[in-house]
Amino acid sequence: MEIFTQQVVSGLATGGIYASVALALVMIYQATDVVNFAQGEMAMFATYICWSMLNAGLPYWGAFLATLGFAFIGGVVIERVVIRPVENAPILSIVIVTLGLLVICNSVAGWIWTYVQKPFPSPFPSKPFKVSLGAGETIFGAHDIGQIGITLFVLLCIYLFFRFTPLGLAMRAAAQNPVSSRLCGIRVGWMLALGWGLAAVVGAVAGMMVAPSLTLEPNLMGGVQIYAFAAATLGGFTSPGGAVLGGFIVGVVENLVGTYVSFIGTELKFTVALAMIIVVLLVKPSGLFGSTVVKRV
Amino acid sequence: MTRTRKLLIAVLAVGLAGLIPALAAQTVVGVTATEIKIGNTNPYSGPASAYGTIGKVIGAYFKKVNDEGGINGRKINYITYDDGYSPPKTVEMVRKLVEQDQVAFVFQTLGTPTNSAIHKYVNQEKVPHLFVATGATKWNDPKNFPWTMGFQPNYQTEGRVYAAHVLKNHPDAKVGILYQNDDYGKDYLKGFEDGLGEAAKKMIVLKQSHEVTDPTIDSQIVNLKNSGATVFFNITIPKFAVQAIKKSHDIGWKPVHYLNNVSSSLATVLKPAGLEASRGLITALYMKEVTDPQWKNDKGFQDWVAFMKKYYPEGALDDQANGYGYNVAILVAHTLRQCGNDLSRENIIRQAANLKNVELPLLLPGIKVNTSPTDHAPIEQEQLARFDGERWVTFGELFDAFRKQ
Repeated sequence: MEIFTQQVVSGLATGGIYASVALALVMIYQATDVVNFAQGEMAMFATYICWSMLNAGLPYWGAFLATLGFAFIGGVVIERVVIRPVENAPILSIVIVTLGLLVICNSVAGWIWTYVQKPFPSPFPSKPFKVSLGAGETIFGAHDIGQIGITLFVLLCIYLFFRFTPLGLAMRAAAQNPVSSRLCGIRVGWMLALGWGLAAVVGAVAGMMVAPSLTLEPNLMGGVQIYAFAAATLGGFTSPGGAVLGGFIVGVVENLVGTYVSFIGTELKFTVALAMIIVVLLVKPSGLFGSTVVKRV
Repeated sequence: MTRTRKLLIAVLAVGLAGLIPALAAQTVVGVTATEIKIGNTNPYSGPASAYGTIGKVIGAYFKKVNDEGGINGRKINYITYDDGYSPPKTVEMVRKLVEQDQVAFVFQTLGTPTNSAIHKYVNQEKVPHLFVATGATKWNDPKNFPWTMGFQPNYQTEGRVYAAHVLKNHPDAKVGILYQNDDYGKDYLKGFEDGLGEAAKKMIVLKQSHEVTDPTIDSQIVNLKNSGATVFFNITIPKFAVQAIKKSHDIGWKPVHYLNNVSSSLATVLKPAGLEASRGLITALYMKEVTDPQWKNDKGFQDWVAFMKKYYPEGALDDQANGYGYNVAILVAHTLRQCGNDLSRENIIRQAANLKNVELPLLLPGIKVNTSPTDHAPIEQEQLARFDGERWVTFGELFDAFRKQ
C-alpha cells in the first residue's frame, strides 16, 4: 500500500510538470489556433534568461517577474517577425515554422549557455513533508507541491482571463473566427501577437517550475514536451482545465502501469504516453474535456 | 655505358627494391613530407552536442603541436565533421574522410551508436580507427576488428570494479540497479553481474530501467527503495543521476550508492543534486576531476589550464570533456611520434598497439596507458573514490582489469 500511494504522489509530481507545459500549449492553441511545437524550447530559453539574472545577483521573485516580462516581449516579437509572414499559409507551413523555431531556440541556447547542466533554484523549501497515509508514511517533495500549486494558480488566471475580460474574449474570438472578429473591430493581428506573448509567459512559468527538478540544460523540454502533448490531447486542446487534469492523469497512469503491469514495466513507460495520444485521437479526438471544433468550410 | 646511364639504372634498381616491400605491406595515405591528415567526427549539433567541445579541444591541441613545429616536421591537418550523433551521418562523413579527403586514419569519432555504424567499414578498408570516444567494451576486439582501438576504461571493466567492492565489503547486501535501457546501460550491467558471478542471482533484488527520453525517474527510485535494497548501482547519464541522487535523499532511502563514472562530475551532477545529498557516493575514477581543488598545484593540471587559456579560451574550464579531449590528443601525438618516419597505416596501428606505460597529464597518478596487439583497451586501471561532501577522495588500490582481485 505504501508503494501505491508513493507512486501516485510521485506521479502527481511528474504530472504537474506535464500539466504546466500542456497549459502553455493549450494557451497558444486557444489564443491563435496554432499548435506550437517550439513552446517547450521557448520556455527553456526563458528559464535560461531567469538563470542569468539570478546569477547576476537578482532576488528570485524579481528575476521571476522580469523573466515573465522578457518572455512576453519575446513571444510578441516572434509572432510579428516569424509567424506573421506565414499567417495565411496552409497550417503545415506554420507547423514547419514552429519546428524550425524549436531547433533554433535549442541551438542558440546551447551556443550562449553551453550544454553543461546547471542547477536551478526552487523558491520553495527543500525539506520534504512526510504524511502518514494508511500503513506507511508517504513523502511529498515541497517543490512538487509548490509547483502543482503554481500550475493551478496559472490555470485559474487563464480561466478568469478568457472568461471574464474583454481582452480575453476578443482573443478567443480572433483565434476562432478572424473574419467576423475583424468586422466587429477587433485587431486580429495584434490579438494573435498577444496570444503568443501570453503563451510564452505561461511557458516561462512552466520552465522555471520544471528546471529545479530536471536541472537546466538546452534539452530540458525534449522529453517533457511529448508528455505535455499527450496531456493536452487527453484533456482536450480547447480546455485548459482538461489539459492540466490530463497532465496529472498521464503522470499517475504512467507510474502505476510501469509498476504493476509487469510486461510493460519501466521499459515501455514512454510508449504508454504515445499510446494514449493515439487512443484519444482515435476514440475521442477532441479529448476528454474539449469541445468539438466546428468549422465552416 | 655512360655515367649518367649507370646512375639511372642504379637509381631505378634502388627504387624498385624499395618499391617491392612497399607494395607488399605498406599503405601510405594522407601523409606527405610536410603533413599528416587526421579525420574525425563529432556531434557539434543535436542531442549530444554537449560533447562537441571534445572535437574542438582536440583541434586546439593540434594547433599547439603545429605551432611548436609539428611531429617529425609534419604539420597535422585535422579534418573534423559534424555528424549530429546520427549514425547514418557518421557513415557518410567517415566515407568522405576516407575516400575524398584521403586521411591517414580516423581518430576519436564520438559515440557508441555512431562508431558501431562505421566499425565494419573502417576495418574492411584497413583504416586505423584510433582511440574512439566511447566506453563500450566492443572496441577491444583485435581478433575480429584489428584496426579499431578504444580509449577510456570500458563500462564492463568499471562494472567489475564496483562488483568486486560490493562482494568484499557488503557480501550480504541486497542490490538494486537503475540503468539506461540501451547498449551503454546494458554494458555496465553485464560487467557488474559478471563481477558478482554466482552471487548475482541472490544479491540483486530489483533492476529498473529507464529510457533516455523519460523526463523523470522518480517512479523507478520509489520502486527501488521499496525493494529493500541496501546497495544501489546507479547507471545513468548526468541528467538522471542528479534526479536519482536528489530523489533518494528526499524519500529517505540511504543505500550504499555506487554512481557510474559517466556522471561523476562535480559541476554537472553533484552540485546540482546537492552536496549534502551526494555525500557518501562511490564512483570509479581514472581522470583528475578538473574542478577538484586538490589538483590546483598539479603540473599536469596547470599545463592544461595554460593550454586552454592560450589555444581554446572559449572552452569551459569546469567541463571535464575539455580535459578528456586534451588527454586523448596528447596520446595520439605520442603515437605519431612513436611511428617515426614510417606513417603507413600498418605502422600507425602497430604503434598504437604498442604503447607502454604512457602517462597522460590528466590521468590519476599511477594510471598508465598500455596496449598490445591482443589488447586494444588503452586505459584499464581505475580507482574508487568516495564523495566527502566537497570532493572525491580516492581510496584503496588501483584496480586493474587484468589483475585478479
